[in-house]
Amino acid sequence: MIWLPFDTWIVIIGALCAVACALPGCFLVLRKMSMMGDAISHAVLPGLAIGFLLTGSRSSLPMFIGAAVVGVLTAIFTQWISRFGRVDRGAAMGIVFTSLFALGLLLIVQASDQVDLDPGCVLYGAVELTPLDVIHTFHFVGSEIEVPRAAVSLGVVVLLNSLLILLLFKEFNLSSFDPSLATTVGINATVMHYLLMAMVAITTVASFEAVGSIIVIAMLVVPASAAYLLTDRLSVMLGLSAVIGILSAGLGHLGAITVPLWFGFESTTTSGMMACAAGFLFALIWVFSPRYGLLARKFRRKGKVENE
Amino acid sequence: MRIESGRPATVSSGRKIPTHPPTVPLAIDDLTVAYHSKPVLWDVDLDIPEGKLVAIVGPNGAGKSTLIKACLDLVPKASGRVMVYGKPYARQRSLVGYVPQRESVDWDYPISALDVVAMGLYGRIGLFHPVRRSHKDAAMQALEHVGIAHLAKRQISQLSGGQQQRVFLARALAQDAQLYFMDEPFAAVDAATEAAIVSLLHELKEQGKTCLVVHHDLATVSQYFDWVVLLNMRVVAAGPTEEVFTRERLKETYGGRLALLDEAGNALHGISAIKQS
Repeated sequence: MIWLPFDTWIVIIGALCAVACALPGCFLVLRKMSMMGDAISHAVLPGLAIGFLLTGSRSSLPMFIGAAVVGVLTAIFTQWISRFGRVDRGAAMGIVFTSLFALGLLLIVQASDQVDLDPGCVLYGAVELTPLDVIHTFHFVGSEIEVPRAAVSLGVVVLLNSLLILLLFKEFNLSSFDPSLATTVGINATVMHYLLMAMVAITTVASFEAVGSIIVIAMLVVPASAAYLLTDRLSVMLGLSAVIGILSAGLGHLGAITVPLWFGFESTTTSGMMACAAGFLFALIWVFSPRYGLLARKFRRKGKVENE
Repeated sequence: MRIESGRPATVSSGRKIPTHPPTVPLAIDDLTVAYHSKPVLWDVDLDIPEGKLVAIVGPNGAGKSTLIKACLDLVPKASGRVMVYGKPYARQRSLVGYVPQRESVDWDYPISALDVVAMGLYGRIGLFHPVRRSHKDAAMQALEHVGIAHLAKRQISQLSGGQQQRVFLARALAQDAQLYFMDEPFAAVDAATEAAIVSLLHELKEQGKTCLVVHHDLATVSQYFDWVVLLNMRVVAAGPTEEVFTRERLKETYGGRLALLDEAGNALHGISAIKQS
């Protein structure tokens, strides 16, 4: 195995993406709306495409804004359809995000005739190529360091998400646990809900190009769920989910460049392997978690029976 | 802006004059609430005097919880208004405490009993400010008050139903409100907790606070409460317990259902009488 600076960047970008997703992901999991992450990460596609078509450039800001708007619209449409139309919430979500996703794909296929915007890339991402797209060069201890664009944009999103959650920790906490009490003490639970949705949408867009929409879903849900099995405190859960996300990125890339070789294949995609690694870590925690793991529960029950 | 039905609240000078004196903790005018255009509450008018323990009683689906939620702006009102101490509720949030139904939250949420109680203070702490030591101390005091300070660090799913209800009450105490809405605090709690809740209610009453409690157990109404609201979509009757909580009024509130219970009771008596003879 050969490890290049290139590989380090891939892991850093994967880790930033994992952390950016894991933080809002914790609240999605606790609010029992993990699939909303799925829906939004698909539905932002037309927002991306429209932002791109309007400005004709792949600069991030218009795409960010377009995607964030559509992300919040997804949540609003879902709410409306289920409230006013005698349609179950899950079904409403399915209707909204598949329609929007399809619309986005159509727009992108149209656009890609004129410019380089690859539908396949949207689904699977191309984290391996991101280090080639360098935005910034600076000198550090005599050596020249080139920072990939994806690392910068994802870094900004990680910072933004952390800052929002830090500043509004008690508001997010209360509106997730008990939205009615939140409303009565003057915290607008609806605003908090859509703020979270906007956070998910922006995170999704930033992660898109690096790891693709499918892995975003994994990173929104899996590290948060694994962390949930390890602790009884929300702050610890947020921290642990970030750590599990980073581990998934490292293990994922390592796995991508080593595991297939054992079986005589060429190295595989990092983003795919990242999701696998996250799943693997989740499985370990699900079985061995000292608090809520399968084994701990089994032994505790046995202990109880013996005590009686 | 919503056009308010009922009596006009403005005089020629254009200044709003309260139709209810600021000593009335809760005044509800012409309140109507509908779900999917089906009315749940119809034209409710209520004035609750200060320092009373008020039971809200009525059959299932009578709109008891909805009444509380409409007062707290948790469900949209089709018409009507709610005044708390002479001003609209939205301006008096800090005076109002709320104990929701126990099933309304996820008890597997990663949070300790103490942190749930501290949530009662979030409104006062304010936006962007963190929870400080002093807030946790206040929350601890509230937990001590309901007798479960030793469980402060427990994750909330590891508490019994009664203990969970006490956590909710401690949170309401921490809110330090003047007017409390409690949605079925006595539902599925142990006898010790029930007694603790009753003594807590009396303590609040002695401090001049007003509590509106959705209550299911008709047998304990006259023992626990000094004021009763009989509700079945409309207010059937409201007033001091000894005046309002009568057999006729209850029959009126519960419609045929209470009568049916009576018949079933009589039938059982009849059967056992036959068996004995």
